Amino acid sequence: MLAEALILSAILFVIGMLGVLVRRNVIIMFLCIELMLNAVNLSFVALSRFIGIEGQIYVFFVMTVAAAEAAVGLAIIISIFRHYETVDVNNFNLLKW
Amino acid sequence: MVEILFYIFAAVAVGGAFRVVFQRNPVGSLLFMVATLASLAGIFVLFEAHFLAAIQIIVYAGAIMVLFLFVIMLLNLGHDYRKDLQFGLGMILAFAVTGGIAGILVRQLGGAGTSAVEQALPGPEAMDQLIQEQGIIGSIARPLFTDYVVAFELTGILLLVALVGAIAIAKRRV
Amino acid sequence: MISLGFISAGSIQAGGTGGFDPLLPGLILLLPLLGFALNGALALASGRRSADRVRNSIPEEDHATGAVPLTHSLPTWIGPGVLLGAFVLTTINFVRLLGVELTEPVIRSYWSWMPTGTLSVDAAIQLDQLSMIMMMVVTGVGFLIHVFSVGYMKEDPGYPRYFAYLNLFVFFMLVLVAGANFPVMFVGWEGVGLCSYLLIGFWFQDREKADAGKKAFIVNRVGDFGLLMAMFLLFATFGTLDYASIFAAAPDTLLYGGGIVTAITLFLLLGAVGKSAQIPLYVWLPDAMAGPTPVSALIHAATMVTAGVYLVARASVLFALAPVSAAAVATIGALTALFAATIALKQYDIKKVLAYSTVSQLGFMFMGVGVGAYAAGVFHLMTHAFFKALLFLGAGAVIHSMHHALHSTHKDWDAQDMRNMGGLRRFMPITWITMWAATLAIAGIWPFAGFFSKDEIIWYVGTAGAFSGLYVVLWGIALAAAVLTAFYMTRMMIMTFHGPNRTGEPESKHLHEAPLNMTIPLGILAVLSVFGGWVNVPGSVRESFFGGFGILPMSDWLDRWLAPVTQSADAVRASQLGAYADVAPVGGGHVVWGAIATVTAMVVVIVTARYFLSRTIQPAHEAGEPDRGIGKVLYNKWYVDELYDAIIVRPLIGVSRWCWRVIDRVLIDGTVNAVGSVSKGVGWFGSLFQTGQVNTYAFILALSALVVLGAFIF
Repeated sequence: MLAEALILSAILFVIGMLGVLVRRNVIIMFLCIELMLNAVNLSFVALSRFIGIEGQIYVFFVMTVAAAEAAVGLAIIISIFRHYETVDVNNFNLLKW
Repeated sequence: MVEILFYIFAAVAVGGAFRVVFQRNPVGSLLFMVATLASLAGIFVLFEAHFLAAIQIIVYAGAIMVLFLFVIMLLNLGHDYRKDLQFGLGMILAFAVTGGIAGILVRQLGGAGTSAVEQALPGPEAMDQLIQEQGIIGSIARPLFTDYVVAFELTGILLLVALVGAIAIAKRRV
Repeated sequence: MISLGFISAGSIQAGGTGGFDPLLPGLILLLPLLGFALNGALALASGRRSADRVRNSIPEEDHATGAVPLTHSLPTWIGPGVLLGAFVLTTINFVRLLGVELTEPVIRSYWSWMPTGTLSVDAAIQLDQLSMIMMMVVTGVGFLIHVFSVGYMKEDPGYPRYFAYLNLFVFFMLVLVAGANFPVMFVGWEGVGLCSYLLIGFWFQDREKADAGKKAFIVNRVGDFGLLMAMFLLFATFGTLDYASIFAAAPDTLLYGGGIVTAITLFLLLGAVGKSAQIPLYVWLPDAMAGPTPVSALIHAATMVTAGVYLVARASVLFALAPVSAAAVATIGALTALFAATIALKQYDIKKVLAYSTVSQLGFMFMGVGVGAYAAGVFHLMTHAFFKALLFLGAGAVIHSMHHALHSTHKDWDAQDMRNMGGLRRFMPITWITMWAATLAIAGIWPFAGFFSKDEIIWYVGTAGAFSGLYVVLWGIALAAAVLTAFYMTRMMIMTFHGPNRTGEPESKHLHEAPLNMTIPLGILAVLSVFGGWVNVPGSVRESFFGGFGILPMSDWLDRWLAPVTQSADAVRASQLGAYADVAPVGGGHVVWGAIATVTAMVVVIVTARYFLSRTIQPAHEAGEPDRGIGKVLYNKWYVDELYDAIIVRPLIGVSRWCWRVIDRVLIDGTVNAVGSVSKGVGWFGSLFQTGQVNTYAFILALSALVVLGAFIF
């Protein structure tokens, strides 16, 4: 069942990546990043079943960091929204020289 | 039985994930995301990671997703999503690249290599014994508060910093 | 204490040393270096105050009030002190060497300097008869000149710096003459060139003097190229650069008159010509008179410029094996002797006269070593060091006095122009007498030193044998140059010291004899100028009237003393060319020609003196330049500087300009600008990917991830 779980993990990860690439809504892009994190979590859990408990501990840490990231990231999104009145990343094009 | 459950959960997770990406309405995306996370929690249970399954539901599907929902509702984004998800050259390229990565990953992870690795690993028996002896909570908590205590404390500090940072950034007037 | 332990650690190479055990030979070299370090530290310590004074040419007026800063009082003792120490040590070793039969040089190797591949060079010094006599001259004359400098330079704001340079010079000169192989010698060779540059440009705030230093340095590079090429060839031929190995192997390895040895010696000659200011590279030496006069005495008369003669004498075996090169040495020497003497006839700057006289006398030395009379060449080197140092120091005393006199009334006359002098003997009797001794010595009048050394060279040129036709011509040139020498030296003395005083009435009150610390070196050098020639009186002369029928001591002492150094060269010469003739080209032996030479010289001196005493000499500002005939040509030094300017300097500047305009501006700048444009273009292209859109960045990230993954798998 390990191989299946890892393939599932890879598919979820790639779907998350696809979401980041195709969506313009910054909140959804953020959501897709959470999806990618979860895909990795899945592979950790699956492997921990066969290797040892450490995998689950890493998942624990990843979840904590994801929570912190979500809090800060959403705060930034709110801040940006206040400035641009939109969450469409096409309007956020200052990231160039 | 376990395999059947796994495939059901996997199907729900993949389907949910696709709908997350291709649902125009952000609230819809979010609800499909909750479905995906819940099915992942189910898969965690199949892998005997009961504790993680529980906090997956409580923290992720509960707290974090609600936070997202709050933000979506706070920004009142319910109607301004028609420009999102435009099909075109960008979409095709994105599909090509992600498809390529998916192909490589699936080919590598699903091949004979993984089963060979699986043979070499200690296997589920050791984990079963550990959980038998210490319980699922104990088996996670014991290393967490001994070997990984520094990382654990640092994570606490990280959460504190994130808390302060989130408030500072999102406040209307600093 | 460390240095002392280090000095005694040198290894002794056994050989035909006759039990000669030199006493602390390394310390002789290290003492001047120590002096350089101390004086240099003091020069740095005197710092900004001194620098400002140098820049604004303010004399050190503290001397008047007696409050001399420590940085200016200590060098007085350190500078000459280290030289005295070195001189005493050299003398001790010299006296020890007198008592033993030294057939092979004593080599002290201190450390392995360049152990690379097949080339192994030690930092070694070599003590033999030649290097010992050179070290005696360098430390002895050097010490006297240091003492003189105390009086001459003490009011200069750069006093400690001056002594630092002078000590450093002596160190490098000792390295040059004591080095046991070509690279060590080359270090000294370059070092003395550096010190020469520093000291010529000592008053660097004067553009002309700084330029003179640069000229000396650049012209010397031509000679250094020759020396380097000679070293490469020697290494390619012998596989070593040690004197001992090369000179021992040379007679068997090299074909007599062969191409390789001729090439080596011609390159060595190029080096010697540069350093010793011979045609065509002599032009830097007259300009080098821009330095302080004691520097001219030490570097540009007594020691450094004789390095070329030393080099030829040191490599005597090679020159003996290459008769063409030896003839070239002699020819260049003869031409230079005559050419420089003619220029000296019409110079009015007292130091320029002496400078051209030095070039001329160096030509004599080259003649001597060129015809194979190495001992005679070194002999003239030694006596010349005495009387030319004396002449320069005397000129220094005169200039010092003239400068004070002219300065007292702020007259802007040239303190070095002889037309402004005249009648100085009343004011400076000691300088006058000592300089006459040197003049008679250089004119070649019996029994002064120059008689024995110069006439010995002329004798050997006439009797050398090989290329006999050529050597007879050279002999005639040498005689002519000797006559001219007597003429221009007498002219200089008469114009400076005799006749009416031309400085002007108020100024003449301030003319004064030099202080004791300047006159005592003059006196010692005068004694050496008189008696210094007696170390090498030929046997036949000694038995005649000229030797006082045996009263003069030490017959042929220097010849016998240097015999171990030149014996292999002499052997080669004797087997190939036979012995020197017993009679001069037109007949007559030693005694006859000695009589002819001394009588001629005396006649020239007397006639010249009467001629110039009978003439009224105008002060420089009234006289103007000679405007016609040979006099104008000689006054302008045969227009050689102008010629060099036209055929070398100007084309070089033209080529440089072309290089600047075409190569630098178009090619190099163009390349650099092109590289810049390409970078800019690439940057512009790269910036196209920088849309500012997060999705684009994410896409590129994903694409890169795909590429990396693909690279891992396929």
